[in-house]
Amino acid sequence: MTDVPFVEIEDLHFTFGGREVFRGINMAIPYGRITAIMGPSGTGKTTLLKLIGGQLTPDSGRVLIDGQDVHRLSRKALFELRKRMGMLFQSGALFSDLDVFENVAFPLRVHTDLPEPMIRDLVLLKLQSVGLRGARTLTPAELSGGMARRVALARAVALDPELILYDEPFVGQDPISMGVLVELIRRLSQALELTSIVVSHDIKETLSIADYVYLISDGKVVAEGTPKSLDTHADPRVSQFVHGEPDGPVPFHYPAPDFYSDILDDATASGGHP
Amino acid sequence: MTKGIESLARWGRKGCDASESLGRAGIFLAQSAVAVPSREGLRLWLHQVYFVGVLSLAIVLVSGLFIGMVLALQGYTILVDFGAEQALGQMVALSLLRELAPVVAALLFAGRAGSALTAEIGLMKATEQLTSMEMIGVDPLRRIVAPRLWAGFVSLPILTVGFSVVGIWGGYLVGVEWLGVFEGSYWSNMQASVSFLDDVGNGIIKSLVFALVVTWIAVFQGYDLVPTSEGISRATTRTVVYSSLAVLGLDFVLTVVMFGGLS
Repeated sequence: MTDVPFVEIEDLHFTFGGREVFRGINMAIPYGRITAIMGPSGTGKTTLLKLIGGQLTPDSGRVLIDGQDVHRLSRKALFELRKRMGMLFQSGALFSDLDVFENVAFPLRVHTDLPEPMIRDLVLLKLQSVGLRGARTLTPAELSGGMARRVALARAVALDPELILYDEPFVGQDPISMGVLVELIRRLSQALELTSIVVSHDIKETLSIADYVYLISDGKVVAEGTPKSLDTHADPRVSQFVHGEPDGPVPFHYPAPDFYSDILDDATASGGHP
Repeated sequence: MTKGIESLARWGRKGCDASESLGRAGIFLAQSAVAVPSREGLRLWLHQVYFVGVLSLAIVLVSGLFIGMVLALQGYTILVDFGAEQALGQMVALSLLRELAPVVAALLFAGRAGSALTAEIGLMKATEQLTSMEMIGVDPLRRIVAPRLWAGFVSLPILTVGFSVVGIWGGYLVGVEWLGVFEGSYWSNMQASVSFLDDVGNGIIKSLVFALVVTWIAVFQGYDLVPTSEGISRATTRTVVYSSLAVLGLDFVLTVVMFGGLS
């Protein structure tokens, strides 16, 4: 493991639907480590992954992966670069017309000329590593949410990528599959020397595997550091998030006019319902 | 005064949106139509020809049969007044080849195959399958859209030919077998008056144009929709409405160009 940054984000600005999602984000994500990007819902964590993957284009700023500016690459070069990346989607995003085996075999079939027996061995190895070798003939519709995510993980690492992006890997999982996923991400990252970016708001799980954490809020990086240093961070916003307090500098209420006058206000005077 | 300006601005914005959407659709077509032929591509294409073409065969052929039969029945009642029922074969064949087969087959195709294409691609988008394919390094325009586009482009003209053949046979059943028009004149009048290039050829050119437009609208609506259940339902409706209007409008234009000079 070295500390050479594999992914660099420089002064990233991005506006979506008239809302400024990012206002100058800087990050350096080191090679071979697990970096977590955390923040409250709606701060654009998934958007950030899409910017890194080149699916969205920023207003200004750059994203460099292994020295290549993602948004200046030609369509062809971008697809070439993506072969070195894997991404785990929140929903799993398995191809519904293919069974589990074919889903994992898909990247191998389209990007390599390997003979069929070798593809079979590789797919079974990947499925074994996520514990679903026995589920190879099932269709995505027959899988539980946790299983679908594990199959998607096997598919994401099928080509042995250098970088893997996890989009909310722990959302909506029962405690057992949550534990399984945490363990899998840790093991895969160590065994394959993967550079991992985990986007999540599940504090306990994420902090337990991350080497370094960025906390974003209001379109900016508000804190960064090792999980330990964040735990005792001085900023009240950071401490509210890390300790999961319902109210604090990040308010419980969506911005609204004064409650008292809002209740007493004659609804008809303001034109009905609002 | 400001109200007038506001509504003018609204119309302007609508115009901008429409032309932007048309531009996107054009770029989309250019990017997906250029598919490098490969063995894998051929397999995907054949698969889609089955779904888009072969599975539409039944509805197209049955409709063709009924339309041919109705044409013969209606045509006979008029022609017989002038003692010209011998020309029934000519009338049935020309109406089918020039107009009804390309247009009705395209409308049926839009309803049967176009809406299915939109819903399928839309659902793939809504479940992030297209995005995950992109992240695997496979261009969904090549892998998902191109085979469907080319399958539609090839299938509809063949379906149109089938529609005409069955329709002419339906006309024969009603005209000759039922109403008693002389069989020899049904076929020989048809043979004498139908020109292969002008009638059959132009009908096929029409159906090629319709095939491109209908499939293009269907795959683009699927690819460009808002990925929610409401978005999918709207896009599916749009596919059928837009492609029906486009087919009927283009049919008029093509007819003027192709047959406007014929006497």
